[in-house]
Amino acid sequence: MTSYDVTLRLWRGDSGGGELRDYTVACEDGEVVLDAIHRVQATQAGDLAVRWNCKAGKCGSCSAEVNGRPRLLCMTRLNVFERGEPITVTPLRTFPVVRDLVTDVSFNFEMAKRVPAFAPRPREADGTYRMQQQDIDRVQEFHKCIECFLCQDVCHVIRDHEENKRNFAGPRMFIRYAELEMHPLDTGDRRELVRGQMGLGLCNITKCCTEVCPEHINITDNAIIPLKERVADTRYDPIAWLGSKLRRRGKPPPDGG
Amino acid sequence: MAEHETHEFDVVVIGAGGAGLRAAIEAHDQGARTALVCKSLLGKAHTVMAEGGIAAAMANVYADDNWRVHFRDTMRGGKMLNSWRMAQLHAQEAPDRVYELEEWGALFDRTDDGRILQRDFGGHRFARLAHVGDRTGLEMIRTLQHRAVSKGIDVFMECTVMRLLTDGGQIAGAVAYWRESGRLIVFRAKAVVLATGGIGKAWKVTSNSWEYTGDGHALALWAGADLVDMEFVQFHPTGMVWPPSVRGILVTEGVRGDGGALRNAEGRRFMFDYIPEMFRAETAETEEEADRWYDDRQSNRRTPDLLPRDEVARAINTEVKEGRGSPHGGVFLDIASRRPADYVRRRLPSMYHQFKELADVDITREPMEVGPTCHYVMGGIRVDPDTQAATVPGLFAAGEAAGGMHGANRLGGNSLSDLLVFGLRAGRYAAEHAARVPTPPAVDPGLVEATEREALAPFERDVGENPYTVQQELQDCMQELVGIIRTEDELKSALERIAALRERAGRVGVEGHRQYNPGWHLAIDLRSLLTVSECVALAALERRESRGGHTRDDYPKPDPELGKVKVVVRLRDGEPAVAREPLDDLPDDLKQLFEGKPRS
Repeated sequence: MTSYDVTLRLWRGDSGGGELRDYTVACEDGEVVLDAIHRVQATQAGDLAVRWNCKAGKCGSCSAEVNGRPRLLCMTRLNVFERGEPITVTPLRTFPVVRDLVTDVSFNFEMAKRVPAFAPRPREADGTYRMQQQDIDRVQEFHKCIECFLCQDVCHVIRDHEENKRNFAGPRMFIRYAELEMHPLDTGDRRELVRGQMGLGLCNITKCCTEVCPEHINITDNAIIPLKERVADTRYDPIAWLGSKLRRRGKPPPDGG
Repeated sequence: MAEHETHEFDVVVIGAGGAGLRAAIEAHDQGARTALVCKSLLGKAHTVMAEGGIAAAMANVYADDNWRVHFRDTMRGGKMLNSWRMAQLHAQEAPDRVYELEEWGALFDRTDDGRILQRDFGGHRFARLAHVGDRTGLEMIRTLQHRAVSKGIDVFMECTVMRLLTDGGQIAGAVAYWRESGRLIVFRAKAVVLATGGIGKAWKVTSNSWEYTGDGHALALWAGADLVDMEFVQFHPTGMVWPPSVRGILVTEGVRGDGGALRNAEGRRFMFDYIPEMFRAETAETEEEADRWYDDRQSNRRTPDLLPRDEVARAINTEVKEGRGSPHGGVFLDIASRRPADYVRRRLPSMYHQFKELADVDITREPMEVGPTCHYVMGGIRVDPDTQAATVPGLFAAGEAAGGMHGANRLGGNSLSDLLVFGLRAGRYAAEHAARVPTPPAVDPGLVEATEREALAPFERDVGENPYTVQQELQDCMQELVGIIRTEDELKSALERIAALRERAGRVGVEGHRQYNPGWHLAIDLRSLLTVSECVALAALERRESRGGHTRDDYPKPDPELGKVKVVVRLRDGEPAVAREPLDDLPDDLKQLFEGKPRS
């Protein structure tokens, strides 16, 4: 096992401002950025704030920006960076800083409250719901979302435009609306809501969200564009219109509509 | 006294994993004003990491399955030390709880005829685990989370409870602090449900997240409640062992359920050498029979790779100790040579991803290296099996924080179903209890203030002990001395070391201020970590036999007399003390299930 020094350039501060500070710790092969940060906490800065839980890429708590790129700290191996170069870790830029690497992500939880609940059709006569696996594959892809909010962080509609947060739910919530819309059992219709108050039309499919998704969910192609198409059934959206011209969707919506 | 932010509810649920969410939803549905308080953000609790599935005898894959078979499997897995009534309720009600999740939007993998697919797991006679690939816990927590949010239940996120308040022996509320600001918050409540999960962070190699510091166990004990079965800690046989950074991260039992086999460094499938008498009649003796079993259950017996977790963990431990381990001190888990690559990627996507990204191992091409990792505590708050009421009026517990359901060893898949079945029951009976309490019990301002003083003391010590160092030393102590294999000498020396660490924890100092300060939070968590560690060591010392998740090198066999008792821990003069108490008698109609050949 070889040990080597890693220098972390960590943002320290709070809502009033802050600065980058360097910390050097010994690291071992196979370690991730979060390991190095924990070592800084344990030995040099006990009050260094970082949010984390599972350290296995499953809970989506430790989102931050590493060398400017949104990442999960627990899934970012130290060996992807040039040895000897400092690794810069800063908080998610789209959300207000609480302290150090921790941001206030309550925007996402507020948006989640505005999603009308799942509303299933009645069960079959035998008391079960029957669904074929191929009819739920797509929705299961959306259910992989670990709510790390990296897609929200990188979405330029809100990253640089605080004012848009009032009327834009963001990619995470568009996946949520898409999963309800495509759920074989759901009877609700949220198209007007997602078009109007949730700002679906503001997305101009630059696919930044898809690129940073640690679960490799095809957010843009599989959730946002089909949502735009469905919404376009009632309203005109130039990108959805273009999308509908460029690609044919294989499967009709489950409600037959 | 200083003014504190104070909230009043009928029911306060502490913990927002599967059990806490299910309890809060039920309490709310019963008409109780309900709060859900959690240490992390909503949806990040440990349930999110559960992989394999939810055990429920729905009989979708094997028509012969029913609650009696599930009950029998659970009791045998628990070495008959389970609360039989909890095991019965669990087996009877689990299918309804799964169907309910489906009605709330969960999408489980399907059978060819469109029903919920069920997979094989250790100790379960039939394929019984409803699942979503290998991310079932995520599906479950998200479904419950959406449900709770849509009902408008008040959620207090990143809010840590430090002490329960009582009034004349009755629950009166809780004192907590906000992580973000470090400010105190007081809950006045007629009933409290503890659903805080487990204690795994007391060990060095664990699959558990930082939150698992035994808060609920300790809060209950300090409030005067009993704990049971604390000696029984489950070491999951398959955690990752390399690289060191990921040591302990869980590798789902689903790998073996879906065809993976354990091998030692000599390439031998060693589990055939470790079949215990209790399971001999139903376990394959040859590799050929074991491999045929995956496709034909009628004429073959199950693979020993799927023996209950305690058996497999001990076997791996022995292989490594006797020099037949893998390069990094584990054994090999091989699915690459046994199943096609696309099958592995489809059935086990998270495992594929996890090994690829964290260990540079492609599990469709090479074997995984795995070894035991501290995973689950069977012991917990002693509860009434039907109502989940603890021994303090107004206090309820559910999920991993509660004890009794799993006896000496938990079967895989029985945890998620436990959360749902007993989460609902705890929520229902907590609401019922609250409805019977006319006015909320009084909160003692002195106790609130004392809690605050104690919490803030570390800020006043400029050069105190480092809380991180104390935690690491506790983890080393528990790993070395209260691990898979235990002896009297080691347990006694563990108790001495815990006492010394407790003293040092009383001297910890922290830097900075109250706002989102992890060093300070750890200083507070140390109290519960040390308390539960002591409880485990005390109970382990008391049980002079080997059974399930408790193996004593100095007492290697089960003792029939000890098979009739549970070890209870409660405070005596302010210190945890153990007592033996008889188990509830199994009624005759259920006793029959364990006589003669297994009945379908």
